[in-house]
Amino acid sequence: MSTVAIVIGGVALTTAAVKAVGPVALGGRDLPDWFSSVVVLLAPALLMALVVTQTLADGDRLTVGPETAGVAAGGLLYWRTESIVGCGLLAAALTAALRAL
Amino acid sequence: MAVDPPGSQPSTFWDGVRAGVPFAIAGGMLSISFGVVAQQAGFSALEAILMSLVVYAGSAQFTAVAILAAGGGAAAAISAATLMNSRFLAMGAALGPSLPGGPLKRAAQGQTVVDASWALASRGDGTFDRSMLFGSSAMQFLTWQTGTVIGALSADLIGDPNRLGLDALFPAFFLALLMAEARTGRARAVAALGGLIALALVPFAPAGVPVLVAGAAALVGLTRSARADIAKAQS
Repeated sequence: MSTVAIVIGGVALTTAAVKAVGPVALGGRDLPDWFSSVVVLLAPALLMALVVTQTLADGDRLTVGPETAGVAAGGLLYWRTESIVGCGLLAAALTAALRAL
Repeated sequence: MAVDPPGSQPSTFWDGVRAGVPFAIAGGMLSISFGVVAQQAGFSALEAILMSLVVYAGSAQFTAVAILAAGGGAAAAISAATLMNSRFLAMGAALGPSLPGGPLKRAAQGQTVVDASWALASRGDGTFDRSMLFGSSAMQFLTWQTGTVIGALSADLIGDPNRLGLDALFPAFFLALLMAEARTGRARAVAALGGLIALALVPFAPAGVPVLVAGAAALVGLTRSARADIAKAQS
């Protein structure tokens, strides 16, 4: 079996397992109030972590690049217009334009 | 995102499909990039398409391909991709109590989680809207596969996908989701704390782990005032 085939099969299996753990372990139970209270705040924490790692991390280095400016401009546009499509388009267009310079 | 607060009309699968459209467009564009870079890393077009079909987790796919392209082996690629997916442990734990059925059925439903569908399905009271989750994820699955096929079959025409700025699409959409989600001072503070934790860990931790650990910022929810607020929201 080729290395690529092993990687495809391996990542498929571990992804399925990781996605199944929470639903299997915690499914069908009533929510204690402290659990709900933490879950509500999980989305802001994880979303911000995804934003900063995807715009400021290059491997194990922190860098500011065209995509940083693009995403920041997209965020500003969303703040003013609440247009999610406009936010993405501006981010991609500005990133592409800065890379072309 | 509080798309279906308690007491309001429940969402349908098609509401989820509609809500998922912007993310599906972004995913489709990003998966064109995946089809291209996978071939540059030595995948055949069919292997790239197959990986999107059976994995359906963009960041893990890009991570595995990048490691193979850099000369890494299968074990390194699988390990790094799994760590990149580790945030799904936190997301799945949050989602679990909102899923009905036996363990196998819940495990199957958990497969539909991707970042945007999970955030869209969050009702804002600690529970999740399954119709929103399934609808938005189905839309994103469709364009993820379509984009991969386009990228894999036209890699030579597209060239370097980064010059198109497509990698900025997802973080921009996540930022917009965050701004829609974090309406309270507490949520904004937790977001800032989560971002700081992730940035602090980037130089030291394997890729993927900073995002998982950033989820610990949500433990602010254990404070008495946060619990009182959620009890008020649920009543």
